[in-house]
Amino acid sequence: MDNLYLLLLLPVLGALLLGFVKQSKLAKQIALVISLLTVILTIPFVLNFVPDASMQFVRSFAWLPSYGINFHVGIDGISLPLVLLTNGLIPLIILSSFRNEYKGGFYALILFMQSGLLLVFTALDAFIFYVGWEAALIPIYFICALWGGENRIRVNLKFFAYTFLGSLLMLIAIIYLHLQVPERNFELVSFYQLALDAKTQGWIFLAFFLAFAVKMPIFPFHTWQPDTYTTAPTVGTMLLAGIMLKMGVYGLIRWLIPISPLGFEQYGMICLILAIIGIVYASIIALQQNDIKRLIAYSSIAHVGLIGAGVFAWNVQGLQGAMLQMVNHGINVVGLFFVMDIIINRTQKQDLREVGGIAKSAPKLAIVFLVIIMAAIGLPITNGFIGEFLLLVGVYNEGIWYAVFSGLTLILGAAYMLRLYQKTMLGEVNDITLNFKDIQGSETIVLVILVLFIVGIGVYPQPILNISEAAVTNLINQISIK
Amino acid sequence: MGAIITLSLLAILVLYLGLFKAKKTLLPISVLGLVVAAAFYIVLWNKTAIPLFNGMVFFDHFSLVFSLLMIGITVLILLLAKDYFDIVGEHVAEYFALILFSLTGGLIIVSFYNLSMLFIGVEIMSVALYILAGIRKSDYASNEASLKYFLMGAFSTGFLLFGIALIYGATGSFGMSEIQLYVQNNVQNISPLFYTGIILFIIGLGFKIGAAPFHFWVPDVYDGSPILITTFMSTVVKVAAIAAFLRLFWFCFEPLSAFWTPVLSVMSIATLFIGNITALMQQSFKRMLTYSSVSHVGYMLFAILSLGGESANAILIYVGAYSLSSIVAFAGLIAVKRNSGSEQFESFNGLAKKNPYLSFVIAIAMLSLAGIPLTAGFIGKFMMFSAALNNYHIILLIIAVMNAVIGIYYYFRVIVAMYFKPLDREVIDLNLNYKIVLTIATILTICLGLYPAIITNIV
Repeated sequence: MDNLYLLLLLPVLGALLLGFVKQSKLAKQIALVISLLTVILTIPFVLNFVPDASMQFVRSFAWLPSYGINFHVGIDGISLPLVLLTNGLIPLIILSSFRNEYKGGFYALILFMQSGLLLVFTALDAFIFYVGWEAALIPIYFICALWGGENRIRVNLKFFAYTFLGSLLMLIAIIYLHLQVPERNFELVSFYQLALDAKTQGWIFLAFFLAFAVKMPIFPFHTWQPDTYTTAPTVGTMLLAGIMLKMGVYGLIRWLIPISPLGFEQYGMICLILAIIGIVYASIIALQQNDIKRLIAYSSIAHVGLIGAGVFAWNVQGLQGAMLQMVNHGINVVGLFFVMDIIINRTQKQDLREVGGIAKSAPKLAIVFLVIIMAAIGLPITNGFIGEFLLLVGVYNEGIWYAVFSGLTLILGAAYMLRLYQKTMLGEVNDITLNFKDIQGSETIVLVILVLFIVGIGVYPQPILNISEAAVTNLINQISIK
Repeated sequence: MGAIITLSLLAILVLYLGLFKAKKTLLPISVLGLVVAAAFYIVLWNKTAIPLFNGMVFFDHFSLVFSLLMIGITVLILLLAKDYFDIVGEHVAEYFALILFSLTGGLIIVSFYNLSMLFIGVEIMSVALYILAGIRKSDYASNEASLKYFLMGAFSTGFLLFGIALIYGATGSFGMSEIQLYVQNNVQNISPLFYTGIILFIIGLGFKIGAAPFHFWVPDVYDGSPILITTFMSTVVKVAAIAAFLRLFWFCFEPLSAFWTPVLSVMSIATLFIGNITALMQQSFKRMLTYSSVSHVGYMLFAILSLGGESANAILIYVGAYSLSSIVAFAGLIAVKRNSGSEQFESFNGLAKKNPYLSFVIAIAMLSLAGIPLTAGFIGKFMMFSAALNNYHIILLIIAVMNAVIGIYYYFRVIVAMYFKPLDREVIDLNLNYKIVLTIATILTICLGLYPAIITNIV
């Protein structure tokens, strides 16, 4: 049952089916069933996975032989956590949309995007990687532009053009590398073995970096992000922040640094500094935001900045922290956006100052929200703690001042997150929040599952760390030998 | 050769059918004739090709695939003609006959082996087009289009002819192989006449494909002609001219590439920018498509610049993808224009609600034109980029990438109008032929995007 092609194909088939479903209720059920099926299909991969550095479940067939393109996919310790994250979050995201009326096309786009994401996380051929990269972008553009709020058309066109420019430069870099490979193929392994001179690697590094930096986003390439997150429908924001930005981080680890180690040597420090500037800059802006969604959008930039810093530090702790924190951030940010969506939906207000005292009328929501907030801040026993700890250790190994500034994320994060909690949940009850209904039905299921994951990983993160450890160590050794 | 004869006879037959008022039989007979012509080409497949008729024509795989592509596109366009020509004009048979004549010229162009044949092909194709452009006799725009096209076309043919004459003066022959031999033997001391001839060729053929700075006729002519004729011009005619361009430069002038590469590079860059930036400012969907077709010529010139065995394949995929998407886009425009009477972007507002299928296929066509993965257009762009990179035209490539991003803005305007701008409108009824053409073109676009191996390596 551990056929990777089947896992990649199932969401697409589901999307085709859903394209014909007009009825909203039926569409929801089909989408949920298919996403749960992908979860079931994922189980054999977890059970049969051997936690060593090897590439497993590899499948390959010649797709475009004259250009040396193979449909070559596989899973190792670096891909598996992200595959799990994708397949785990999609059912929750679908479930979270149950309160709204969406037609089949909406769910078709989500599932189509899932296939694109899985392709990115499993591709071992650069061409396939690029195809997955774009295949994930088109559906999210439509989701955000079709069901989004004010200004959705202008904002999303900016988002699309921005990321498309990044990906085209990456495409050129990929083609260039392809032409340097003696066998003229796009295999990841062949790209690893290329020994290009430092100048060329520098260019390759920049081309790839731009694509990934826009996606994550790393300061100063983040300008599309707050607007897009704010106008997108909540499902779109969850997909973007929860899963899609991990494509960028994954790209750094899998493609950018191993392919152009000499480029990384030249620009690595600048990237690290940019990531850290992003942490501080986004945290400060988040402190002053009164718009609930924008606040979380900026907090996401800060958190991703820390993950990026951990990757650019390029040591075992940093990378392991990044792997773990990618999963954590996915879970936490989906939780945060879902709670915000519940609040905005019931009060019709996006402004922090107009809501308050929700905890009195909705105690259950207040409790789960508190857990999610604590995880976002990174308090012990929650998943965020161990991830951020590892990341900071990684950054510290690179230099103490880097760690000092990255550490600001903890302090500032606590400040803006607690402010968010205080302004919404605590304080005086007003007319708007007096009759606030507590969470119920599908909302409770989604939030409880998220909270269970937060606490579960917080108490016992070892399984996830075990999965990636061998692969990460091997990758670092490989690069340092060069 | 059988195909060319079949088509000539078919066109005359169609004219007579019109004379006897046999309107209903026009379409089936034309399509049948085209299928027979295609069969003539398929039979020649995998046979050793030798120049025929004293080295006048040459049916190698290159000319066969381009001929088949052109016949295929013409079939799709003729299928769309059902109920279309009846509305725009009264002499329906003339449309069919002229399109077939023009196609015949196109087929000669892609299989020429002697410069005189190239000239004859260009003339047969163009003369029919001059009439087609002005076929709505009482319409000012159509008349203007025809006159402009004729004057410009005649002018460019003059350049072409002069170029042929100069090359004859230098080499003493019209034959392709003799010219090739001359270039190979005299790389060091080529006569200045020959260089001038190349420049005149570039101007003459540049006019025909509508590359900047010789593109000024394109918007007015495309805009003034009936939509279906515009479709024919921007697909079949472009395929023929580009194939001729490729054949001539690839086969004869390759050793002199250091001379003409800078000229074509500048043309390619100018075409890309002018086409793209002007397309960005259009309010009419039809005018946007015409400028976008100018910019696509810029990409096609890329392939000629990066000559090599792969170029023919790359350009085949590229023009194939471009033609399929153009047909869908223009067919969509015809349907929408019938419904709302306007060619503006606004007339597409709210289409997705009422006609989800039509909007879906137009959206796929736009994505393909923009070069987004999983569509044929992406594979075309990808091959174009690899060919260019292979020859280290890196600056050219970066400019092309910038243009691809500009393209996103105007192609997405249609998608935005269809999907994101709400408007209450009537459902557009599509007749069966439209559905068939749209479905075939869309399926081919996606299939080529998903599994391009079916068509690569055949040239």
